[in-house]
Amino acid sequence: MATAVTRLPDHQIAPYLAAYDREQAAKSRAGLFGLALLLVLILVASHVAEVEPAKFAANIHQFTSYIARIFYLDNGQFVLTDPAEWFWGWRKWLVHIGDTLLIAYLGTLLGAIAAFLVCFAASSNLARNPASRFVARRLLEFCRTVPELVFALVFVVAFGLGPMPGVLAIAIHTFGALGKLFAEVVENIDMKPVDGAIATGAGRWQVIRYAVVPQVLSNFASYSLLRFEINVRGASVMGFVGAGGIGQELIEAVRKFYYSDVSAILLLIIATVMVIDLVTERIRHRLIAGEARR
Amino acid sequence: MNPKASLLDRDSARRNHPGLIRPSPKTRIVTTLVLAAMLALALFALARLEFSFARIGNGLGQLATFLGLMLPPSAGGHAGLFLKSLGETVAIAFLGTLLAATIALPLGFMAAQGMIGGRATRFLTRRFSDTIRGVDTLIWALIWINVVGLGPFAGVLAIMTSDIGSFTKLFSEAVEAIDRKPAEGVTSTGGNRLHVMRFGVLPQVMPVLISQTLYYFESNTRSATIIGIVGAGGIGLHLAEMIRTFEWDRVAFIILLILAAVAVIDFVSSRLRIRLIGARRVEA
Repeated sequence: MATAVTRLPDHQIAPYLAAYDREQAAKSRAGLFGLALLLVLILVASHVAEVEPAKFAANIHQFTSYIARIFYLDNGQFVLTDPAEWFWGWRKWLVHIGDTLLIAYLGTLLGAIAAFLVCFAASSNLARNPASRFVARRLLEFCRTVPELVFALVFVVAFGLGPMPGVLAIAIHTFGALGKLFAEVVENIDMKPVDGAIATGAGRWQVIRYAVVPQVLSNFASYSLLRFEINVRGASVMGFVGAGGIGQELIEAVRKFYYSDVSAILLLIIATVMVIDLVTERIRHRLIAGEARR
Repeated sequence: MNPKASLLDRDSARRNHPGLIRPSPKTRIVTTLVLAAMLALALFALARLEFSFARIGNGLGQLATFLGLMLPPSAGGHAGLFLKSLGETVAIAFLGTLLAATIALPLGFMAAQGMIGGRATRFLTRRFSDTIRGVDTLIWALIWINVVGLGPFAGVLAIMTSDIGSFTKLFSEAVEAIDRKPAEGVTSTGGNRLHVMRFGVLPQVMPVLISQTLYYFESNTRSATIIGIVGAGGIGLHLAEMIRTFEWDRVAFIILLILAAVAVIDFVSSRLRIRLIGARRVEA
């Protein structure tokens, strides 16, 4: 079917075309201005951060040669020729990896429990009064904005060297991060069960137990698992400041130029992180699938 | 309704929906077992990681002392120096994020299905990004320090490297989640793959890309505050130093500076996000 497109006479179109051109010109002006601003910011930031492309270009071979060097043993052999020599410390390292996982686990668990207790006070629909909500939110914000390594540095001084300050640092950061996510989940619940529970005379914790928790539990578990993944990574560097785990071994190997140890420990960390990612992803998918079936 | 009727209802409800009143024995056993295993692991971890009430009590006492010494926060005459390194920190985060986003854009398309290259490209790009993401920013900083020396430049490179991994993953997920119809439309008018990506895909993923990049800028500001601990520039160096020398009032000052900087960046980036992609929420 052919339809004729009616074209307005030129003198009627002209103002529309002009308006269109003006709009487009304004848009590209705004775009150009944005680009120029970005360029200025990049230049300023490059100056402040002492970015030196020349130095980078001159030294980039050191990056590749460093990466290459960590794959050669002390006797100049490629690592794969003697895996036993390469992973000579595997017993010790696996124990440290295990400790790293325990640090991440305990930190996540403690943080998640604390977040669970506080999230109801921080959510806009269940908080009892604006003041407690304000306090809860600022507390969570503080805990997640201060980097966990800073907490770890302070705790190492207060509690002494070892994995305990690492666990506490991760727990506090997790508390801040999960508390916010949990509160958002709680804000998105269906309020009808809550009204129903209140109508039967339930107290605050009964309302939470019977009307809220069943709605949010699978989401909470899923977010906690995601956090665990992140915390495994975080725990792998806690040793840099003396707070336990595999990081201690790694930073020593890097600082003392034990090249093949660096690659061996890095590979162990990467493998661990990948396995944890895979496992938690599986569990999370099952949780979500279980939720969908209900 | 009389009470008796409601009681009857309760009985019939119990009969007809047993799963809702009381979960099946299997569910209850599994739940109990999972909880018991979690508890056992937690107890093992507590013992293995040398937790003790004495240590916790001592430490809390120490923390209270530190907290007392933190008040009032003071720069101890180094406010200029601290502000300068804070600027350095923000610059590190800004450049690192921007570089990573630029490099990850093509990689994201390579890691997504049916965009650039075939299955092999997709597989390799994904494993590459997984490997990079498995290594923490701080470790990358240690490696880059060997290449460009101590200083903020190493920090920029470290943030860039670790974010290339994250961005590649996020971008490829965004590309795979698009509506295919505009892409098909471009193909049907005779566009090639490049046209499809530019006019069929990019307009759809741009809002996600921008909002993710802005979000990472904010979170990288936090990461950039700590890479100074290993010598890669920024305020972390001073912070670590002040903690190690027990200058608690200065520690408090620096922490407040960091909090303020993050709050400002949070505000600016959310304004920018609204300005660039509108107020609608972008699903991450």
